[in-house]
Parts: sequence; C-alpha cells; structure tokens
Amino acid sequence: MRILCCVKRVPAPGAKINVTADGLAVDAAHLGFTTSPHEECGVEEAVQIAERTGGEVTVLTLGPAEAAEQLRYAASVGARHGVLVSTDGSAWDPQRTARALTAAIRSLEADGGVFDLILFGNESADSGGFQVGVRVCHALGRPIVNGIKGIETEGSGVRARREIDGGFEVYELDLPAALGVKEGINLPRYPTMRGRLASKKLEITTFEIEADAGDQSLVRLHRPTETVSQTVILGAGPDAAPAAVDVLEELGLV
Amino acid sequence: MSDFPTSAKCVVIGAGIVGNCLVGHLTKLGWSDLVLVDKGPLPNPGGSTGHASNFIFPVDHNKEMCLLGVQSANQYRDLDLSVDSGGIEVARTAERMAELQRRMTSATAWGVEAHLLTPEEVAELCPFINTDVVLGGFYCPTVSVVDSLETGTVMRRLAVDNGCRVLANTEVLDIVTEPGPNPGDRTVKAVVTSAGTIDTEYVVIACGVWSNRLANMAGAHIPLVPAVHQMADVGPIDVLAQTGNEIGYPIVRDMDTFCYERQTAGSMEVGSYAHRPIFHHPDDIPSNEEAALSPTEMPFTPDDFDPQMEQAIELMDMLGDAEIKYAINGLLSLTPDAMPCLGEVPEVRNLWSAAAVWVKEGPGMAQVVAEWMTFGYPRVIDVHGADIARFYPEERPDEHIWARSAEHFNKTYGIVHPAEQWESRRNLRVGPYFSRQQDLGAFFFQARTWERPQWFESNADLVERYGLGEREVEWDNRWWSPITNAEHLNLRDNCGLVDLSAFQIFELTGPGAVAYADRLAVNKVDVPVGRSIYTPWLTPDGGFHSDLTMMRLGTERVRVVTGVFDGGRDEFWVRRHLPTDGSVSFANVTDHITTLGLWGPNAPAVLGALCEADLSQAGSPYGSLVDVELDCGTGRPVAATLFRISYVGDTGWEIYLAWDDGPAVWDALMRVGADYGLRPTGGGVYGTSGRLEKGYRLMGAELESEYNPLEAGLARPRVKAADFIGKEAYLAAREAGDPEVKMCVLTVEDLHDSRGRKRFMQGGNEPILTSGGERIVDSHGRVSRVTTAGPGPSLGKHLLMGYLPAELAVAGTDLQVMYMNELFPVRVAGTGAVFDPDDARMKS
Amino acid sequence: MLLVVLEHDRGALGEPAREALTFGRTLAAKMGAEMHALAIGAGAAATEQVAAVSGDHGAARLYTVDHDVLSDFGPEAWGQSLVQVIDALGPGAVLACGSERGNEVMAQAAARLDWPFVANCTDVTPPAGAGREWSLTRIQWGGSLLEDATLAASGTALLTCGLHSVASTPVEPAPAAPPETRAVPVDLGAELARTVVKDRVVLDAGVTLPTAPVVVGGGRGVGSAEGFAPLEELAELLAGRVGCSRAVTNNGWRPHSDQVGQTGTRIAPEIYIASGISGAIQHWVGAMGSKHILAVNIDPEANMVVKADWAVIGDLHQVIPAMNAEIRRRRDRP
Repeated sequence: MRILCCVKRVPAPGAKINVTADGLAVDAAHLGFTTSPHEECGVEEAVQIAERTGGEVTVLTLGPAEAAEQLRYAASVGARHGVLVSTDGSAWDPQRTARALTAAIRSLEADGGVFDLILFGNESADSGGFQVGVRVCHALGRPIVNGIKGIETEGSGVRARREIDGGFEVYELDLPAALGVKEGINLPRYPTMRGRLASKKLEITTFEIEADAGDQSLVRLHRPTETVSQTVILGAGPDAAPAAVDVLEELGLV
Repeated sequence: MSDFPTSAKCVVIGAGIVGNCLVGHLTKLGWSDLVLVDKGPLPNPGGSTGHASNFIFPVDHNKEMCLLGVQSANQYRDLDLSVDSGGIEVARTAERMAELQRRMTSATAWGVEAHLLTPEEVAELCPFINTDVVLGGFYCPTVSVVDSLETGTVMRRLAVDNGCRVLANTEVLDIVTEPGPNPGDRTVKAVVTSAGTIDTEYVVIACGVWSNRLANMAGAHIPLVPAVHQMADVGPIDVLAQTGNEIGYPIVRDMDTFCYERQTAGSMEVGSYAHRPIFHHPDDIPSNEEAALSPTEMPFTPDDFDPQMEQAIELMDMLGDAEIKYAINGLLSLTPDAMPCLGEVPEVRNLWSAAAVWVKEGPGMAQVVAEWMTFGYPRVIDVHGADIARFYPEERPDEHIWARSAEHFNKTYGIVHPAEQWESRRNLRVGPYFSRQQDLGAFFFQARTWERPQWFESNADLVERYGLGEREVEWDNRWWSPITNAEHLNLRDNCGLVDLSAFQIFELTGPGAVAYADRLAVNKVDVPVGRSIYTPWLTPDGGFHSDLTMMRLGTERVRVVTGVFDGGRDEFWVRRHLPTDGSVSFANVTDHITTLGLWGPNAPAVLGALCEADLSQAGSPYGSLVDVELDCGTGRPVAATLFRISYVGDTGWEIYLAWDDGPAVWDALMRVGADYGLRPTGGGVYGTSGRLEKGYRLMGAELESEYNPLEAGLARPRVKAADFIGKEAYLAAREAGDPEVKMCVLTVEDLHDSRGRKRFMQGGNEPILTSGGERIVDSHGRVSRVTTAGPGPSLGKHLLMGYLPAELAVAGTDLQVMYMNELFPVRVAGTGAVFDPDDARMKS
Repeated sequence: MLLVVLEHDRGALGEPAREALTFGRTLAAKMGAEMHALAIGAGAAATEQVAAVSGDHGAARLYTVDHDVLSDFGPEAWGQSLVQVIDALGPGAVLACGSERGNEVMAQAAARLDWPFVANCTDVTPPAGAGREWSLTRIQWGGSLLEDATLAASGTALLTCGLHSVASTPVEPAPAAPPETRAVPVDLGAELARTVVKDRVVLDAGVTLPTAPVVVGGGRGVGSAEGFAPLEELAELLAGRVGCSRAVTNNGWRPHSDQVGQTGTRIAPEIYIASGISGAIQHWVGAMGSKHILAVNIDPEANMVVKADWAVIGDLHQVIPAMNAEIRRRRDRP
C-alpha cells in the first residue's frame, strides 16, 4: 500500500508558552521542535499499515528548511520518502497551507501514482485550525473522516474507528481515502539508534509552491489570564482518608 | 504566609545535591536557624542533580577531585543510597592504554582498587562489548551508582528535623548587600525572595548552573557556564532487563570516544562529552514552567549526537536496535579551569559559593564548605584548587569562562598532560619584557592569567654545549625542552636573567601595618626596616594557607610578595582579616612593579656594571633590601630595590623596579651580561630544577593546608611572642614533638622502565612506595606521593619531593616510585637541599 | 442572520449544541441579527427536543434538513448540506460548537465553498458598518495560548466556538412557544454516503488509561512492584486504572504501557490520585489534562502537591489502604 502521512513541525513547549515580542509566534528560543503529536501517531500508524500490507510510507511536511528534522524523524521510525514543501517559516493560514499541500500531492501522485491512504493529524498542536486535511481532500476529491483512533485495512478499503462517548463509530472507506488520526490510536515507537543513523541518508524532495494566502490573518498571540489554584491540604497520614474519600464522593465516584 | 522566616543565620540557595548536603552538614556541625530556598519544587527542583547520571568513578589524577569523589561516594554509601556497580574505562588506542597505566598509578596513589583488563576480561564483565575495538580496560570495582535525589532529601530532612526551614517554589530575586567594615567592602544583608525578604548573616549560593546569575545580584562572580552534556536513554534491552536490577553491569566509559554507557534498569544511558561545546547563558535557561522537561534538560540536538551513536553501536552492537526513549541536552556547570568554585567569594563578605560541583563530588564538597564556614578553613582535605578566591579579575568575564570551558569540555575524558597549556585566552597579562622575550623565542607557560617564559629557543646552542638531548618517550618530552636543563647549567656556570613580573605584590601601610602583618605570619615581621622574611601563613588549624616573603619597607609599611598561582587567594586572605579600625590600608601594587631575577656566580659582576652599590655579601647580605640607582645608559638613573635572595641556589637578587623602567634594565643587563654568559632563563629553572636541587618548597605543591611547618621542615627554632593566625594549633603541633612525616627530596636511581626506556616522572602525584611495593600512608590517611618532580641537571639525577614518615625520611632509605604503572627505585636524599646543602654559593 | 448548526446524535442534542446557541446569542446581538438554528439529518426534524432546546436557547427559527444520505452522521454529507443551506438562506455567519463533529462539518463546508473558517473562537466581533473584517479571539495550543485574528469574509463568516468556552444558559424568561420550524430542501449526491457512519461499537467495561475516569498513579515512593497492590485495589474500587511515573517503569515495577507522562500516556481522568509521585515535569505533562488531582505525598513541597487540588501529606503505604477501607465502609453502609 502506498501511504502518505502529512506532519507539522511544532515547538515542544513546557507548561508555560512564551510569545515573541511581536506577538506573531511562539518564542521557541529555548524550545525543541517535534512532530505534532497526532501526526506522530499518524506516522506510526502509516508505518504499521505499511509493515502489515507491504507498502511504503511517504511523509510530507510544509514548513521551513528545519522541518527536514521532522521528516528525518519519521524516516528514523520507518518512513521511506520525505517531502518538504518549503516556506520561509512564517505561519501560513489554513487555506494557503491546503492549497500548497494539494499542489504537492498532485505532483507526487502524477509522478508516482495515487496514494492509497493519506493520513493527517486531526489538528495541529499549535494553531489547531481543524481543516487543512479536509480542504486538501476535497480538492483531491478524496473522502476523509477525522477523529480516527483505529484503522483496519480490508481489501480495497479501510475500516476506521472514531471515539465517541462509550464506544466507537465505524466508518468504511474505499481506497484511495484519507483519515485524520488522533493520539491514542497507537503508542508511537521511538527511533532506534540505527534508525536514526539511517534517517540521515533520507533523500528529501523539496517543493517550492506559490500559494495564495487565505482570508484569516494572525494579529497576535497571548496567554490567557491564569487562574492560580490553591492546594487544599486534607490532612496528614491515614487519618486524612475520610476527607480524601469525601472528595471522591463529591465527584460521584464512591 | 504567616510563618515566612524573615530572618536567618544563613540562607542556602539551591536545593540540589550540594545545597541539601550543605544544610545537612552545617546542621551536623551545630548550625541552626538555616533556610534552604529553591525556585523549583522538591525533591527535584529542576537543576542538574535531577538528570545526573549519578555514577562515581573514584579515580582522578587531581587530588582534590579524586579524594572528594571518594569521600562523596562514601557518604552515599553510608546512607545506603549507593550501589557498587564497578566500572570499566575501555581503551581503543595505544595512547589510551598508556593513559590507563597512568590511571593505575593514580589509583595506587589514592588507594582505590583497580585492575587492568585484557579485552577478554572486559568481555567477561560486559559480554555485550565488542572486543574487536577494545585494546584493554581499566576496571575499578568501587565505581558506584548513587541516588542523589534521595540523598539530598535525607540530608535536607536531617536539617529540617533540626529547625532548618525549607522554601521550595520560591525564587530568589535579589541578594542585598551593605557596606562592610573597610572601604570598598560589601557584606551580605538579606535575601529577597518571591515570598518575602529574609535578613541573614550568611548566604551560600549552591545553585549549580544559575550560580553566577545569583552571585551577580550581589555584585560578585562565580565563574561558571551552563554547558550541555548530551545523554540518550535507549532500550529496552533484554540482557539488561534480565539483570532485574537498576544497575547490574559495570559502567563503561568509552574513553576514546568521550562517551559512557550506563545501565538504568532495562535501558542503557549513553552520555557524551564528545560533541561541540554548547553553552547557555543562565538568563536563557527556561523556568520550570517554560521547560518542556526540566529547565536543565534542554531540547536534544540529535545532529550533535550522531557520531557518538555510531561509536556506541560499534562498542555495543545491541544498542543499535534499542529505541531512543529519552534524549536531552542536559546542563551542567563548567568553569574556566575545570575546578569547582568553593568558599567565600572575594567580592562580598559572608557570601559563599558551593558551585560547579557535580553529583560525584557533591556531598564531599558540601562538607568542605560547611567546615570552611564553621572552622574558618576546610578540614577534610586541602582545596586550594577549588577555592573561588583563586580567580583573577580577567578570569571572571563570560568571554573567559566560555572560551576556556569550550577548550576543556572535550577533555573531560581526554588525556591531559600535567603540564598542558591552554590555547585560548593567552597573553592576558604579560610582563614589560614580553616583546623582547618573543624575539628570543620564548616558549610561554601561562600561570593563571600571566605569561611566563618557560624556556628560550635562543638558548638552543647551550643544549649542544652541555651535551643534552630530548627525552626518549614523547609523553615525558611533551611541554618540556632540554633547553631548560641547558639554561639551568648555564645559570650555575655563569648567570641567568629571570622575568618575575608575575609576582603578586601587596602593600600594607598605616600605624597598624606591622602588627597586622605579624598577625598573618608565623615568623616575625617586625624586623628592622630594610630586612625581609620568608614565612608561612597558617590556617586556623595550623596548616599552610600561604608561603611567601614579606619586606619591612618602612616603619609603617610592609610589602607582601607571593606567587602568581596564589595571588588571588592571598589578597583575599589579607583583605578578609584586615583590622576594621582603619589602622591598616591595603594596596595591590602588582601592576606598578616588575621584578627581575638575576642569579649565578657572575650575577654580582653583571649587576655591578650598572650600579655603584656594594654588592658584596657584607654590603648586601642575604635577605637584605637595598635601594640603588641603576645606570642603564639611558641618561636617566633607574631606581631599584635589590632583594638578595635566591630560589634557585646561586647568589643574586630579585630586582624590584617600576613597571615602566623594566625594559631599560632588561636591555642593560642583557647588554652587560653578554660578556658574563648571561642568558635569559625560563620558569623551568626558576620553578622546578633550580628550586628542586635546593629542596625549596612550593605553595600548592609541597605546602597545603593539610601539612604544618614542622612537617614541611619550615619551623624555626623559636616561636615569636606575637599572636598570629594558627598559633595555637602551631604550638600544639610543636608540643607534640617530632612530626609524623617530613618533606624529603628523593633521587631516582634508575630511570629505565621494563622496556629499557628512560622515563621521567612529571610530579603528578605519583605514589612513593616501600621497597616492597606497599603504599605509605600516615595516621591521618595522608599518602606519600610525589609533590614535585623534575630534573636536577647539576646532579645528573631526576629529583622528586614528597612527604615521608619520619622513620623513612632518612638519607639513604631506598624506596620506589610508581610512574605509568611501573616501579622505579628511588633513594631519600634528605629533607633539605641536595645541591650545595651549605648554601655556600648563595651566601658566600 | 446568524445560523447555528446544532450538533446532535440521531436527534439527541447534547451540550455542544446548547453551548453554540448560548455563544451565538451574544454574537447575534453584536451583529444586530436574529439567531436561527439548523438541524441536519435524520430524526432531527422529528425531535421535539431539538426545537425546544433551540427555542429555549434563543433561536428564533429552526431549519431542518433531511435526505437519504443523512440517515446517520457523515461529515461530507453534513458539510454539503450546510453549503446548500447557506446558499439558500445567505446567513451573515454560521456558527457551530468546536467539537469533533462541529469543526469537521464546518471544515467540510468551508472546503467546498473555498471560504475561510475559524475554529474554536472564544470571542467574536463582527465587522463595523459596511466593513467585512471580523475580529476574533481563538484557541491555540489546546488553550495554552489565545490568538487574536482577523477574518476577511467575502460573504458568510464560518466559525466555531471553543468547546466549553461558554457555559450554556437558556434565555430568560423562556419563550412561550417553540420556534417556527422550516425544512430546507437539499440535493445530495449518493457518493456522499461514503463517509457516513456505518456501524457503532459499544465498549464494555475494560477501561483504558487514556480514557479512564479515575487514574491511581504511583511513583518512586511506592518502592516496589508489590507496593502497587493497594493502588490496584483503589483503582478497582473506583473503576479506574493504575498509572505510574517513569521512575517506576525504569525500575521494572510496571510495564511501559502504564507510564503516564511525556514518554508515556497522557491521561485526562475526572480525578488523578497521584501517590508517591514528586511530579517531575516529564510526568506532569502527561498528567496535566486531569480534571482534578489528589496528591498523596510525604513531602508537602513536592511539585505534585503544589499542583494538586487536594493533598494528603503522608506515607502512601498507610494512606491508600486507609482510603480503600473507608470506601468499603461507606459502600457497605445501608
């Protein structure tokens, strides 16, 4: 099976995220970068499906040259091909991003054939627009379902599970298709040392794509007003057990 | 918070391994009213302790680092928070195998059990090591893995149980100082925290990578830089998991790749000191909230680690298929000279540093600082190399800290020669003759910040004249030249001119100057004007703090001349004990005075050509100070003070000059001296061969706070009436009778090693052993070792110095010295000079 | 007119629909427009609840859409329906709740229209006068940051409001009658059925760590694999799961699948009972999604204690068994 997984390079912040002085970006001066978590699971899922079905995985990202790091990371856990749709590193709005990705995928498919399955992350960890995958798939004329936490391949189709209260919805899509996956669909493997070293040799296909900006513009980022919680000390030692159980009871758990 | 401590005896900032152990040790020593503050949560506030690899290799060539490492390992053991995993340093190169021989030597010196292993023996201990790439190993069974977090918790609880208050999640915002008792002094007043202000008498900064930032708040410096040490945790690995232990296999240090492999349960932690130096300014370290992991677990930069992965896989193939579960750019502290920063900071009274200390030496160094604060000096061992007062102003800026730390980071597992010189930050301080010396092909050694010629290529002709040659083994020849021996012999035959501009010179003036000088010195400073003394300064416990000369320049004026390695510590000592009644003023006049040493049988004739003064022993007796005018042919007489003294064993003078007059005098002496065989002469003669032949002790080598003047052979027949620091302890030592050990000079009787090559001990703490090969240890646990080694060209012998028990400190006693893990026969020459023992050449 | 898309499951309205109506009421007022509601799909039109809730929350009118391919939820079919409704009604803005479905349906509609869509707003200001620039504040980083943004809408602004960014409230006084309901015809292609829900699976009791309503965590302080027995018991009593810190898995006391944290599982239980866990950042990142935290720790200064809602200071080996006993006692109480 020929699988494409789209990933986004995002900063890996702690509990408090700082914003640059101009308010236009996360201050990543002391932060590392990572693959947005849903997409990290997407890569893992793609690799697992490829391993099961004997296919291979292409991983694609839109971002600055440094985003090659995320392509290599994907390669270190089993992706075969890397594609970078290069930007100057500024934040692209969802429409522009989708237009560029669509053009890149069309080009890849023109050269190498249609991807049987395209995986997107449900939403990016940073901007969280909830739409790029849907826009790309509409443009490609391909079905997509979001919120996926389980994928089984069956013949020329996939069964996908979407978590709802108390269970799952099941979707059945004929290939080619796309899915927006969520963290929890799997526990992504870490790269092995050999995998990491092999990923250094990944050849990355780079696209420079002119895409028109959309109609949503970032003005500034800021932190919400913080609420400081005061810890209530219920007591010391086993004598505090009834007070602790009171808390559980209030939450309706006892 | 109603129970916020608004005052305290002492505030310790930083609850890592050091701060926690410090409040524990202070408590044990009777301190109370302590407050421990950390901006992070407990037990892991987010500093370097929290991600430390937590293993201790107890062998180091450096005495302070080694013994405090052993001491720390024992403290962890005593708390039952330590496992002896054993550890192996593996060698991939022949050069490293030689280094392992040197490590065996240091292990013997410090009494740490160690064995050399063949590749097969390495594989027996660690079956997963690829013996194809290993030439051998150095195995130390007492390598231990410790629980530094829990140890910190236990020590903190000990303090808390005795009243120490702990403020976690409380950031220190300022350290407030106020004017001290003397002009220019500052003293600690209060610590401003995010939870309130604490008035306090003492503050200790134990903040690891943040320490300099905290010191800066008080206008002080703790010269260290937060530096990255990369670590990756890979697993799971079956063979490790099967041990069922946190640590079941020895730690492996892959020395030639600057990496280690340390088991953590089912995983292997691979740590590296091989990558490019990556430094961060303390202000750029994220807070606990901002950091993705902890503040000191910075984002991993995998490109820097890739070469180490390949090498790790090469050594242990199983690592290749293990998953990289956790990888960080962990921060630790580096200093410009790779030694910790301990003690009271020179800039602010009662502000102490306990920083640049790693987990492996944390408990021991905390004990050192606690003792220092309690007794006025550390007791566990001498720590002059870690004393924060050692730094000169040029060593405190970031530019210096970063450059030097960058230079030595990759030497963490490097093979570092005892005489190795720095490449960066040279020519910070040079004498007024520097360009002349460059023209003469001077090879400079840097003493802290000062450049000193070690030898002059212009004297290469003398090598042939004296029939000298290079040393046979490259290691022995490194940072050495036969020219130095040639300069030595020329000085003995003719004379030599030595640049002593690096002398650190202080002056005490005022009505209380002489009385205060007497309070510092063991020997009587209150001598007639124009006389000088050579004297120890003692610690309160009667050990050596310093060893220097003091000159009575006037009724109310005393000059102190000390060596460049101790200038910072001595200046601080003088300022710190200065009377507070205004009776004494202190001035550092180093920048204004240059000193030239002129010695050798022709020295009087050479100097006589420039002045009219009576230079005979009668007119200028040994130890005298004579003011003269020198005629340098410039048409302007140059004022000079001639100090008749010798550290090299031949007659001559230290000539004290105004800095700007130096070049004219140098030129005149060189011109006049040409007819007398005068040669510029380097520090190799002044600091090593000349003094060794005379058995002269050097502060920091023979003289340490662990030894007293009786043991060093520097006690005078009588004790002066005036009180002085350490007098009580000194008197008690004299009462006790003959000292247990005595400083001796030894001759190496055969330099040939088992391969028939002549070897030359370097003075790197080589152990002196009995003829039966046993270590020699006194009742205080002090080991007999080489404190200085070097050539005695006039004697044709290689010379060693070291303390020996009194019964062995007898001329003719045959002993052995270990060098590069081989034994060489040595013989005790005596406790004094080997060359010209009656000092006829100096005093006749 | 502001059109609010109602999220429902086969006719049953949930909290997201109420939130969207509550948020929409304020927005409609700012727009100086009426708020209408839209229910897409089978069953919705026939459900009295849909009309009643819409009216109670301020919708002046309810539109319903039905079609064969709308027998169950399908993102493409719903999105295409919305496009046709927009075309028919020409609303000034369309708002849904930023739930899984809400964002997906809006994205589908936006993709078809090639219009912008702004997800997860917390505040929306319509253009002044004849302008077309909307000012918005929306959620980034899961709520750790807010983004002020502008939206240049050529026609209808497409928006969702962040889930739980408002608490739903009905209008007061309640309207006397349900809103007028109108059906909007749509023309949907059969191919849209390709993404309609095919089946549902109801999970039985087996609780997973990421979804467990209660997680009982143990850290280094537990001391051994055996030490987890009382924690297991507490988890069982509360129908939860046991989690652990990295130190625990590193010591081999629990499998990695139990690890909560950066390198393990991120949990979001109703309550996280963290015992003997200092709260290192690696662990905290995995636990911070918990709605409530009860810490049991010897050290009152431990990070986990500081960050918890409640704490018991003491040895978990005594406290947890005492809690187990107390729960049993209360349950046995008649």
